Amino acid sequence: MTGTWQLFRLNLRRDRVVLPLWTILLGLFPGLVASSFASLYPDPAELAEFAASMSNPSLTAVYGPIWSPSLGGMTSWRSSIVLLIVALATAFTVIRHTRAEEEQGRRELLGATVVGRGAGLAAALLVALLASAVVGGLTALGTAAAGADGTGSVALGLQYALACLLFGAIAAVVAQLTQGARTARWISGAVLIGAFLLRMLGDAGGDLNSPLSWISPIGFLQRIRPYADERWWVAGVVVLVVALLAAAAYRLNAVRDLDAGLIASRPGPARAPRALLSPLGLAWRLQRSTLFGWLIGYAVLGVFLGSATDAAVDAVKDSPDLGDVIGRLGGGASIADMVIAAGLAIMGIGAAGQGVQAALRARSEESALRAEPILAAAVGRTRWIGGHLLFAFFGPALGLLVAGVFLGIGYGTASGEGGGAIGRVTGAAAVQVPAVWFTVAIVVLLFGLLPRLTSLGWGVLAFFLLLGQLGAILQLSQWALDLSPFSHLPALPGGDLTVTPLVALVALAAVLTSVGLVGFRRRDLASGG
Amino acid sequence: MENVISVNGLVKSFGRTRALDGLDLEVRRGEVHGFLGPNGAGKSTAIRVLLGLLKADSGTTTLFGGDPWRDAVSLHRRLAYVPGDVTLWPNLTGGEVIDLLGRLRGGLDTKRRDELVERFELDPRKKGRTYSKGNRQKVALIAALASDAELLVLDEPTSGLDPLMESVFQSCVNDERGAGRTVLLSSHILAEAEALCDRVSIIRAGRTVESGTLAQLRHLTRTSIHAELAGEPNGIGALAGVHDLVVEGERVRFQVDNAELDTVLRALTTVGVRGLTSQPPTLEELFLRHYQKAEQADGPAGQAVPA
Repeated sequence: MTGTWQLFRLNLRRDRVVLPLWTILLGLFPGLVASSFASLYPDPAELAEFAASMSNPSLTAVYGPIWSPSLGGMTSWRSSIVLLIVALATAFTVIRHTRAEEEQGRRELLGATVVGRGAGLAAALLVALLASAVVGGLTALGTAAAGADGTGSVALGLQYALACLLFGAIAAVVAQLTQGARTARWISGAVLIGAFLLRMLGDAGGDLNSPLSWISPIGFLQRIRPYADERWWVAGVVVLVVALLAAAAYRLNAVRDLDAGLIASRPGPARAPRALLSPLGLAWRLQRSTLFGWLIGYAVLGVFLGSATDAAVDAVKDSPDLGDVIGRLGGGASIADMVIAAGLAIMGIGAAGQGVQAALRARSEESALRAEPILAAAVGRTRWIGGHLLFAFFGPALGLLVAGVFLGIGYGTASGEGGGAIGRVTGAAAVQVPAVWFTVAIVVLLFGLLPRLTSLGWGVLAFFLLLGQLGAILQLSQWALDLSPFSHLPALPGGDLTVTPLVALVALAAVLTSVGLVGFRRRDLASGG
Repeated sequence: MENVISVNGLVKSFGRTRALDGLDLEVRRGEVHGFLGPNGAGKSTAIRVLLGLLKADSGTTTLFGGDPWRDAVSLHRRLAYVPGDVTLWPNLTGGEVIDLLGRLRGGLDTKRRDELVERFELDPRKKGRTYSKGNRQKVALIAALASDAELLVLDEPTSGLDPLMESVFQSCVNDERGAGRTVLLSSHILAEAEALCDRVSIIRAGRTVESGTLAQLRHLTRTSIHAELAGEPNGIGALAGVHDLVVEGERVRFQVDNAELDTVLRALTTVGVRGLTSQPPTLEELFLRHYQKAEQADGPAGQAVPA
C-alpha cells in the first residue's frame, strides 16, 4: 500500500472543486427539506395528515415507504432521491480514480514510481470514504439542527454514508472487470437502476417487507428505518458487504495485468464497413450502444410504471379518503393520469440527461483530440458536430416515444383500457421533448461559446431536476420555478394541451443551438495539454 | 518555384502566453521541409493554424494559395495530417480508423494501404485502446501515406517508433518525394531532418530563427571537441573560433566554429594529442547558440570562458 496517502492527496487535488461541491450540497439537502417541512407544518398533527395523504402505493413506489409521520420520517422519505444521487456520484468518483486513470495511461506513469499495486484502488476508496463521511455527517447534523429526532438523524446520515460506500465498493469491483471506464460507469449505473427498480417493484405492492425490496441494495439501505425504531443490524450487514466487496476488488486488482480487464477485448475487423465512413457513421458507432441502453431503459421503466399505475389506482379505490385528497389535488384529472404525468415528468428529466450526455460526447471527442484528425480531413465543423447533435436532439425524442408507447402498453394491458392508452400516453410523452431540447441547446451554446464549461450542462440539468422535485417544498416563488423549462409543460395526460410554451421552447432551443454552432465555427479547437 | 505553404508574421496567443510570435515559413512544391524546434517552440500550434483548427491573431497564412481558416474543407482534400499526439477511438480497430480517415480525406489507395500495413508490421484488427503509442502513430501514418494527398503534414511522426520502423518511415518519405509530393515534417531530432529534408526552418519561442538548406545552416554550427593532451594546453583559449573552453589539467573541452576547425586542430597536435573525441554539431547546440545570442542582445552577460 506504499504511496496510498500521496495518491489520496493527488485525488483530492484533482477533485478539489467537484468533490466539495456535490458532497456539501447534497449533504445539506436533507436539512433544508427538514426545515421547510418544519415551517410548512409546524403542528405535528398537520404533518401526520400530510403523511397520510402521501402514503399511497404509487408514491411509495417512487420515494420508498414513509416509516414514520414525524418531521424526520417525512424528511427521510422526501429526500430519498439524494440517496440515489450520492450513490451514483461516489461510484463515478471511484471509477474516475481507478479505471479511468488506467485507461488514460496515467496509472502506468505512477505505477513505475514507488507506489504499491493496490495503492490506486485504496486511494480511490479513501476518497469514497471521505465523501461518505461528509455527506453522512452533514445530513445528520442538518436534520438534527432542523428539529428532527437525534438518533434518527444519525441513522439517516449513516444510511447516506453507507449508500456512498456500498456503491463506491461496487464500482471498485466493476472497475477491475472492464477495460474501458465508460463501460464501468454504465455497469455501475445499471446496478443502481436495477436496485431502484427492484425496490420500486417491491414497495409498489404495498407490502413493506417484500423480498424484492430486501434484496435491492437501495431497499435494504432504506430498511435501516431512520426515525422509526432504527434497525442498526441492517447497517452492520451493509458494512460487512462493503468490506467483502473491497476485498474482492483488491483480489481482482492483484491478479490482473495493468490495463487489462477480466473481460478481454476481442480483435475486430481489419477493414471498415461502408456505414462507418462518414462523420455521421462515426457518431453512430460511438453513440449507438448508449442509445440502445437508454431505449431499453425507457421500455422497461415504461412497462413497469404502466402496470404500477394501475396497481396504485386500485389501491386508491379501496380508500375513499385517499381518493378525496388526490381528487382535490388534481382537479378533474383521473388518478391514473396524474400518476402517469408524474412518471413522464421524471422520464423527461431522464431524457434531458440522455441528450446532455450525447452532446457532451462531442466535447469529450474534442478534448481527447479525436475531433482533430476528422476536422483536418475534408469535413467541416458543422458536419462533424451535426452527427453528434443528431443523437443529442433526436435520441431523447425517440426515447420518450418508446417510453410513451411502452407505458401505454403497460397501463393499457393492466387496466383493460387497451390500445387506446398507447396513443394518449405517447402524445403526453412527446410533450416533454421541447423542454429536453431546450436543455440540450444550453449545452450546445456552452460548447460553442464557453467550451471549457460545457460539462456545466450536468449542473444545469441537476438544477432543473431539483427545482421541479423540491421547488414547491422549499417554497420558492413562481419566477424561480419558471427557470426550469419543465415547469412550462402542460400536465398531460389529463390536463389541457397548451401549445404556446411548447412552440416557445422549441424556438428558443433553435436560437441557442444556432448561436452555439456559430460560436463553434469561429473558435479555436482544443489543443489539449 | 511555387510555394505550397507561405506564412508571414504569424501571431497566435493563448491568454497571456504568446505561442507564435511573428512566425515565417515557406514550403515549396515537391520539397521535404523540416520544421525544427525544441519542445514548446510552437511547431504544433503553427501546424494547427495551417490546418484551420486554430484561428490566427495576426499575420498571413496561405495554403495552396487559399486561406486555411476560411477554405478549410476544400484545402483539406489536398492534404493528409499526422498529429503529434495520436489518440484513437478505444473501440474502433486500427484498420477501421485508417479507412475512415482515408475516406474523409476523399479517398484511399487500398493496394497501397495493404502494402503499408505490411511494411509497418501493424495488426489492423486490434482495438484502438490496446495499441501502444508507436502503433497508434503507425495507424495515423499509414492513413496519411496511403492517401493521394499533394501535401503531407507530419507533426513529430516518429516520436513513438522504434529504430527499425523509423527507417521504414524514412524510406516511405523518400518514396513520397520521388512521387512529387510535398512534405512538412516537424521534428526536434536533427539527424532525422538531415536524413530527409531538402530545406529546414528552425523556430524558437514562436519565431523563425533560421531557414535554408542544411548546408547553408551548417556554417552556423560548431563541433564539440574533447581532447587529452600530452602537455599544458597553453594559448588555445586565445585562438579565434574557440568557445566555452574548459581546462582540467591536460584535458580540454571546447567548441569550435567549423571554419576554424583546421587551425585549432593544428594547435592541438603541436602540444601532442593522446585522445580525441569530436561530436558533430547537434540541433541542441544550434539552439543553445541562439539562446546565447538572445542573452547577449539582452545585456552584457556575454559568454563565460573559464580558464
